Amino acid sequence: MIRLEKVCRDFQVGDQVVHALDHIDLDIKPGDYISIMGPSGSGKSTLLNILGLLDRPNSGTYWLNDADVSSLDDDALAEQRQKNIGFIFQSFHLIARLSALENVELPLLLAGAPVAARRERAREVLDSVGLAPRADHRPDQLSGGERQRVAIGRAIVMKPGLLLADEPTGNLDSRSSEEVIDLVEQLNRGGISLMVVTHDIDIGRRARRHISLRDGKVINDEDTRSQ
Amino acid sequence: MKPVDTVRFSFQAIQRYPLRTSMLLLAVSIGVAAVVVLTGVGEGARRYVTGEFAALGTHLIVVLPGKSETAGAGGTGTIIGATARDLTLGDAMAVERLARIAQVAPIIVGSGNASWRAREREITVLGTTTEMLDVQHWRMQLGRFLPEIDMDVATPVCVMGSVVRDEFFGNASPIGQWLRIGDTRCRVIGVLAQGGTTGPFNTDELVILPIASAQRLFNEPGVFRILADATSREAVPAARRDIIEIIKARHQGEEDITVVTQDAVLSTFESIFDMITMGLAGIAAISLFVAGVLIMNVMLVAVSQRTSEIGLLKALGATERHIVALFLAEAVFLSFFGALLGLILGNIGSSLLGTVFPILDFTAPTWAMVAAVGVAVTSGLLFSILPARRAARLDPVLALTGR
Repeated sequence: MIRLEKVCRDFQVGDQVVHALDHIDLDIKPGDYISIMGPSGSGKSTLLNILGLLDRPNSGTYWLNDADVSSLDDDALAEQRQKNIGFIFQSFHLIARLSALENVELPLLLAGAPVAARRERAREVLDSVGLAPRADHRPDQLSGGERQRVAIGRAIVMKPGLLLADEPTGNLDSRSSEEVIDLVEQLNRGGISLMVVTHDIDIGRRARRHISLRDGKVINDEDTRSQ
Repeated sequence: MKPVDTVRFSFQAIQRYPLRTSMLLLAVSIGVAAVVVLTGVGEGARRYVTGEFAALGTHLIVVLPGKSETAGAGGTGTIIGATARDLTLGDAMAVERLARIAQVAPIIVGSGNASWRAREREITVLGTTTEMLDVQHWRMQLGRFLPEIDMDVATPVCVMGSVVRDEFFGNASPIGQWLRIGDTRCRVIGVLAQGGTTGPFNTDELVILPIASAQRLFNEPGVFRILADATSREAVPAARRDIIEIIKARHQGEEDITVVTQDAVLSTFESIFDMITMGLAGIAAISLFVAGVLIMNVMLVAVSQRTSEIGLLKALGATERHIVALFLAEAVFLSFFGALLGLILGNIGSSLLGTVFPILDFTAPTWAMVAAVGVAVTSGLLFSILPARRAARLDPVLALTGR
């Protein structure tokens, strides 16, 4: 489903060139559950941004659903993101003026879906993350765990193949963290590929495949199922 | 993204930032209100002056004997130095029958020796018809004006100005008294109110006779000039042509008259006032431009305030065009509502001015209101292009981290 071939991403910091990603090769199959771990500055977020089509590699090729997306223009990237990728952020990134339902509906609105259809779909998704009774609440009226569940609903409303979570529990207490991880794992069992970037070893271990990065290189890639 | 969704989304954003929204509404509305009030002042002054002219008779057409303009251009076979053919009562009657002429007052002027009992003095005598009162917007102080009779019928009656009345009769009423002028006598039937004028003459010093009586008095078959009222201001140019044509036909094909209209003078005044109004509108438009710059600055602030929202929208699949559309829609909203508010404020301002100076009507012309709203929305749109493009070009990765 996803293949990275010799992907490099460099940043110019002052006079120095930092190799945030250094010839990364990676295969992700449908239904994978991957955790990405590593110290700060190891390239975790850069890898996530490249996979999420928010950033472009300096060299190498990114195959998404058998198409080379490394050279697409901005509009085409936006379309690919919309269709194929769901994002979950540490700080939720909900729009404060919109209700839970409207936040979930947002990707459908950007995609130009008709009102009735997108309302129905958003309600359905909100129900599936257990927040149907909170549909009309604004983010500031929701708990942290509820906010992240709204964000998860928004991430899956377009039925993407890949769910990218960047420290999804970083701002949550342990009970809410548990709920959120349970929810994304449940979605993963439903077939969506899940990639979680985390510092939290306990959460990282729950994934079936563990990837460790250091200085922009994959230093460990183990699939627990094969053991 | 559907246009209706763009509009709704922007509208929600506007509500979310009340301070920013009210600042922008205020800036735009002040600009628009300035346009409305200042053009209203220009228009008020213009209307006042044209109104004063209308009181003098904007429909008025004056026909003089003789061609005062370039003699060579019009006349074939005009012998230089030939005296112009007189205008006659027949000419006046012909003009009166024209469709675009409402009424006609031929006049003749001369001087004569007037006397009543022992008092005697030299006075200016004006011969005319009953229509003159209306054509010149005179008012009566006492009695009535000349009777409605055919212009070629002489009757021994006269109307006098207030100075003449004072000199002959003092405070006593002159109505019914017989005044002797030259070798005729006429009965005084009315006195004009003070302050009327006709051309160079002040009516206070006149004695007015029916035109046929005056012609007999002066032994003069012609008329001095013909005053004609067109049916409307718009009809004046056509009426002028009609007059020239009919008199030419009556004068054996010779165009030997001069026709003067008030309209030419009025047009000059109107164009002066149009310039003033445009100047005021231009000054006011500067405030709209300033409002535009303010819109740009506030939108730039809005873009940096909402960086992470823009990053999110991009992550969710918004294209650059979507982001531009969202910010432009916001700007158009703000400037449109600001403009509406400005119209209301401006009209309130105009009516307040109107209560201070009740003589003038400060209502702004419709074109100014439409243009003010149009310029406000356009400048709102133009000045938001830069911030909107900046928003659209934000790097999603940096934007999401709020940088």
